[in-house]
Amino acid sequence: MATLVYINSENGLAKSAHEVVTYAKKLGEEVVVVTTGSQEESTLSELGKYGASKVLVEKSVSGNDAQQLTRVITSAVESTSANTIVFSHDLVAKAVAPRLSVKLKAGLISGAIEVPNGHTVKVNVFSGKAFGNVTIASDKKIISLLPNSIQPEENGSACTVESFDGNPGEITIKLIETKKPEGEIPLPEAELVVSAGRGLKGPENWLMVEDLAKELGAATACSRPVADIGWRPHHEHVGQTGVAIRPNLYIAAGISGAIQHLAGVNGSKVIVVINTDPEAPFFKAADYGVLGDAFEVLPRLTEAVKKFKASNQ
Amino acid sequence: MKILVCISKSPDTTSKIAFTDGNSKFDENGVQYIVNPYDEWYALVRALELKEVAGGSVSIITVGNASDEAVMRKALAIGADEAIRIDAEPTDAYYVSMQIAEYAKANGFDIVLTGKETINYNGSQVGGMIAEGMDLPFVSLASKLEANGNTLTLETEIVGGIQIVEIDMPAVISCAKGMAEQRIPNMRGIMAARKKPLNVVPPADITPLTAFESYALPEAKSACKMIEPENMDELVELLHNEAKVI
Repeated sequence: MATLVYINSENGLAKSAHEVVTYAKKLGEEVVVVTTGSQEESTLSELGKYGASKVLVEKSVSGNDAQQLTRVITSAVESTSANTIVFSHDLVAKAVAPRLSVKLKAGLISGAIEVPNGHTVKVNVFSGKAFGNVTIASDKKIISLLPNSIQPEENGSACTVESFDGNPGEITIKLIETKKPEGEIPLPEAELVVSAGRGLKGPENWLMVEDLAKELGAATACSRPVADIGWRPHHEHVGQTGVAIRPNLYIAAGISGAIQHLAGVNGSKVIVVINTDPEAPFFKAADYGVLGDAFEVLPRLTEAVKKFKASNQ
Repeated sequence: MKILVCISKSPDTTSKIAFTDGNSKFDENGVQYIVNPYDEWYALVRALELKEVAGGSVSIITVGNASDEAVMRKALAIGADEAIRIDAEPTDAYYVSMQIAEYAKANGFDIVLTGKETINYNGSQVGGMIAEGMDLPFVSLASKLEANGNTLTLETEIVGGIQIVEIDMPAVISCAKGMAEQRIPNMRGIMAARKKPLNVVPPADITPLTAFESYALPEAKSACKMIEPENMDELVELLHNEAKVI
């Protein structure tokens, strides 16, 4: 008996990889990781520190073809007799975990935010406006964990890495091109996020937002209207119909805080709202509020962060 | 081209979320239902655009009871040709997906489209489950979809960027923002929708795998601490020492 964790190691190990291994360890069984591609052994063996006893690598698979990954994970489930399979609820898991659920007839819980309480798992529902407690009826269980829901815990040492033949079969999705903007922090994984809305009046004013984000090491985000008019790319849109995020810190400038926007961010641990309108509904959801003009407050906040960093070195 | 679009109903985005029966059920009191935005704005509208170019038909399908027919008529008013309602309570994503997979297998479609997730359960499960149930390729979270003969070219989100991929039909695709622009049904569409076929189909025998036992609402935030706009040093200090996030 084991808990199997699937990790996408294509671009190295993200914090979410440490989170899922930590989560799997808390389920009480031996933790085996399965991954694909050509990641360095020394990188993968680090997962032992978070509780993995070994890492299986199917080296013949590159890319994210969901059918191939489903077959590889199924082989790993068979060879480890795993009863529970854990994913990080990311873009790859959204394609693979549902396939695996059907293939194994294993119930799938998506978007878990806590370690199971008995057989019940807590998830986010209604786009972050509520929680649900879900149970799985099947013997085999699949859980995908929402990023930033638990803290990684290091208490082991490096583990072994083994080659694994997972019978991946044919590729059905032909990759034509990959476009990755350099140096940007992916929004769903970011611990700190600086976001802005229509209050910024135009895309040319986003430099202030980027400056603060850069100083903090934060990702940038925006509200729906801003993405819709094309001031910012769609992948930055957070809210009910955009990305739902749960960073440690969410700074919102010039966003009034409509219920649809709040739905995407109210899992944030701390919310700072900067707005000129004292009636902005966002203040009700905020931990810290600044009643003022983003054009003055943002540069001042950037300076204050700079000063703080200089004095803390 | 024969396209099947999976439609789910969801509460209007401005709905107040509450629960009843000892927090075991969603409180429908005063809730206005809409077509799940991802299903309507992106999957359905892109399906209609493809049909307008290449010909064919667009069918919509939902698993639900008779009360769902109002939102189905709306999808017909936007331009779908026919609707199929599998007459069953949509117990969990697996149950819904297997029902749709059975129907789609029996009726032969070139493309099955879903929204990227519903705004009530956010599971992002149905598309992938249908694909596995039909043993077809699945591209999730596509933001662009072009058809060229038997080949589909898609732009899809990946961690930290986008990817362009090609697959052969038949295939299952989940649709995200960018795929199409919302269409508002006009009077003619609404009138025409009344006469379009809405077929009710009995469910296949499927056992659900998961169950929602109860729900809870987040705890109310304590009052927001206001900081003077001149005092950003104080805010940084609070974020460091009190909130401990930087």
